Amino acid sequence: MARVAMRSLNKKYDEVHAVIDVNLDIRDQEFVVLVGPSGCGKTTTLRMVAGLESITSGHISIDDKIVNELPPMDRDIAMVFQNYALYPHMTVYDNMAFGLKMRKFDRAEIGKRVQEAADILGIGQLLRRKPRQLSGGQRQRVALGRAIVRHPQVFLFDEPLSNLDAKLRVQMRVELKKLHERLGTTAIYVTHDQVEAMTLGDRVVVRKDGRVQQVGDPMELYNQPANRFVAGFIGSPAMNFVGVRLAAENGSLWAENPGMRIQVPAPLKERLGPYAGREATLGVRPEDLRIAGAGDPGELTFPAAVEVVERLGSEILLDVAVGETTMVASVEPTAPAKVHETLRLAVNPDRVHFFDNETEAAI
Amino acid sequence: MTTIEAVAPRQYVRGPRRGPITRLLEDERKLALCLMLPTIVLLGLFIAYPFVKGIELSVTNTSVGVPGKFVGIENFKKIWTDDIFHIAVWNTCLYTFVTTVFKLVLGLWLALLLNRHFKGKAFMRAFILLPFIIPTVLSTFAWKWMFDPTFSVLNWMLFHLGIIHSRINWLGDPGLAMISVIIVNVWRGVPFYAISLLAGLQTISPELHEAAAIDGARAWARFRHVTWPLLLPVTLVIVLFSVIQTFADFQLVYVLTGGGPANATQLFATYAYQLGIGTGLLSQGAAISLAIFPILLLVVIVQLVYIRRAETL
Amino acid sequence: MPELTGWAVVVALLAATVGVITASDKSRSRWGWLLLCLFVPPALIVLFFLPALKLYGPGEQPWRRWVFFRVPISAFVLVLLFPFYWMIITTVRPDKELYRPWQAPNYAPFWTAHPTLDHIRDLLTTTLFSTWMLNTMLISLAATAISLFCGLLAGYALSRLKFPFAGSIGTGIFITYLVPQTLLFIPLSDIIRNFKLGDSPWALILTYPTFLIPFCTWLLMGYFKSIPKELEECARIDGAPRWKAMLYIIFPVAIPGILSAGIFAFTLSWNEFIYALVFLASPDQKTVPVGVTSELVRGDVFYWGELMAGALLGSIPVAFVYSFFVEYYVSGITGSVKG
Repeated sequence: MARVAMRSLNKKYDEVHAVIDVNLDIRDQEFVVLVGPSGCGKTTTLRMVAGLESITSGHISIDDKIVNELPPMDRDIAMVFQNYALYPHMTVYDNMAFGLKMRKFDRAEIGKRVQEAADILGIGQLLRRKPRQLSGGQRQRVALGRAIVRHPQVFLFDEPLSNLDAKLRVQMRVELKKLHERLGTTAIYVTHDQVEAMTLGDRVVVRKDGRVQQVGDPMELYNQPANRFVAGFIGSPAMNFVGVRLAAENGSLWAENPGMRIQVPAPLKERLGPYAGREATLGVRPEDLRIAGAGDPGELTFPAAVEVVERLGSEILLDVAVGETTMVASVEPTAPAKVHETLRLAVNPDRVHFFDNETEAAI
Repeated sequence: MTTIEAVAPRQYVRGPRRGPITRLLEDERKLALCLMLPTIVLLGLFIAYPFVKGIELSVTNTSVGVPGKFVGIENFKKIWTDDIFHIAVWNTCLYTFVTTVFKLVLGLWLALLLNRHFKGKAFMRAFILLPFIIPTVLSTFAWKWMFDPTFSVLNWMLFHLGIIHSRINWLGDPGLAMISVIIVNVWRGVPFYAISLLAGLQTISPELHEAAAIDGARAWARFRHVTWPLLLPVTLVIVLFSVIQTFADFQLVYVLTGGGPANATQLFATYAYQLGIGTGLLSQGAAISLAIFPILLLVVIVQLVYIRRAETL
Repeated sequence: MPELTGWAVVVALLAATVGVITASDKSRSRWGWLLLCLFVPPALIVLFFLPALKLYGPGEQPWRRWVFFRVPISAFVLVLLFPFYWMIITTVRPDKELYRPWQAPNYAPFWTAHPTLDHIRDLLTTTLFSTWMLNTMLISLAATAISLFCGLLAGYALSRLKFPFAGSIGTGIFITYLVPQTLLFIPLSDIIRNFKLGDSPWALILTYPTFLIPFCTWLLMGYFKSIPKELEECARIDGAPRWKAMLYIIFPVAIPGILSAGIFAFTLSWNEFIYALVFLASPDQKTVPVGVTSELVRGDVFYWGELMAGALLGSIPVAFVYSFFVEYYVSGITGSVKG
């Protein structure tokens, strides 16, 4: 059980500044997910926590002990790698026992712990096998088992599910979540998959180009993205972004472009006031658009020409042309939508976002 | 599934105390130094030092048992005007060039043949390598016996095939001696080329050939545009290795002809041996074997440039 | 195209004939050699490569299979293996048959009616052959062990660790890998004399690693690079210090590579000739290749029966090792030429 803290953490390679001024406090028992596109420095951060990469500047502490100079073997952490890194010449049992042997546990204790971990993960019958005789899912479990036998202070996960097929991935995701609830060990989890981040994380750290973009619990990221990048990264299908011009008229504020004209909802009006007469970006999620009904006020609807209809069963995705831009709308499966038809879409006024064009920050 | 309690009573695991050696070896640089040390000492003592020593020898007039005096480039001047050295240079270049061409062509051909599927392929591949793994000196003796003017089985075969009508003195005739030496070298080298090239061929995915065939490429076009470009890198490396080895070859010629008759098969190495060890003129011998160095350097440079280019691809 | 191919064959064959005639001429015409090199390989290409290439597809006619596959490959095997057959047949042939000129009417080259083990007996009783075998075995094993030890450590360091001058040291080792023994044998003989190592197995045990270590290092570097680095990272996180991760995780995983390097190094040491020839003088210190060369040829007299018996027996250990580890040996060859 441990708290992990990063203070102005930096990592520079010869040319690349991979991690820039990261500050992060991870609470005891918390499951924190680092998410971002490749090259955002998330794996480098994790490896610095593990002690596999040197720290250029700043520090990392585990339970208020600064561990910058501590070699990985003395940090009391466990890591699950993307390719599992199972020792190919050892049996599953020896793989799981290796860490305990290195820490000079006695045989009986090692046997007990391996058995416990194997029971938890349901791999008791595989203990005598070699890694190459295991399926992908089984290898994944062994890699997890190897981490949990040690009862480490912190678990580190480096994209552990990305080598599994889609179905197994969902299944293992659930098991990971259960496992964390049962063990309560502090965990740092790196992924590029926002769905994994949202489902697993107590808190999610969104990264881009070495910098932290936003830290928060999953719904916070979804509801109040701090900037355009986070807004576009979290949620699937991704948020629609439309360039608009803000115009003040008769005491109300309008967002307009050649295809649409929408009244800015009252709660946002105040913050958007200074932008009157300037350009900004309007963001609205596909699930916050719907086909306009009779009751929808005209100032929150706009015409849209349907270009593609994707029927997913539980919903329909409409690719529509709005003026010069295209948007995606997610509508209920029974909606009467046809290609080449023009219909009116309504916006959920509580769920529109505006972003500054220069800083890309949410307004 | 057991309950949470199965794992919950956690102890706070502390790392065992580390000894000073472990601490030292945990530092990447110090560990690297320790690991490199034996290699650097051995190579320094028996490669770098002899190399310096060789240069030192070549500018003195040392001979066995007689400590020499500094004579500058006298030895090199002497070599430069030495007729036998000229012959050795020509012979070495010729020997290297001809054998390399034949080894490459025959090796590639054999590799292409072996790249097919047929019964007993693994068995045949194992046997084909024998000329390469059997000690050169020993297999060369077998050839020397086969080339023997009086008892030659080759003469017998050629005679009964109707190709020759009188005996051929394989190793006694200057021109034929060179051909004989070349034949043995090619015989020994072809398996190495074939097996290395075969490994290169096997890394080329058959799908590429199929794709090219579907694109309408005929056999030659497939070889020219698919196989050969993909095989070229490994071919280049094999050729470079083989060129160096052949250029510095010694044992084969030493056993077959000893450099004769009348220096017709004299190479750098055999001549250096003759002068340096045979007659004890250490300094002149060292100067001659140093003449191998420029070609080595050239090959290394080509190799490094090639590696760099391959890395930037 | 077919006409062109036909002409190319004719020209090449003509040139080759002229080349052979002029090259074998006593005046040693350089033009002959040039012609030979320039035209024979293209002729071979045209004659055999092109048809050989067509064999990839199905539906091959039987005559093509014979002409372009079975006959050539049989010829290759025959030529490549004939000297070994000749070695064996000479070993068991009695002297009376052995020294019968090839023109003699009863010259029967490919078999013998009266096989004998006399030559092998003579070799083992009247010469020091068994001592040479023992010497060679000892020297090869020791040199291989030293080289593997050094190569393993250096290969690991160069492929896995970051340290100053790693790049230049790697290049340096690659260059020494290319240095042929014949470049340095004269100064080395002087050094061996100065170190008072001459005429002892140590002269070879210490100098053979100079060409074995670069080879082992190079081969093992390539092998280590193919092992995911996460393996040892995981071991280090699991609580192993670097050296234990190396010893318990990386080295065991690299066993196939180590075997390849070891077998290759062993055969290379067994093969080595010039150092052994120059550094050793006493008959009872020699290795097999040198002993056979210098002790079984007295003056101008070649004891062919014993020579071939010696060549045969001297080849057996390498052939034995090789036959058990063909795959490792082959991967050693291919690994050794990987850039």
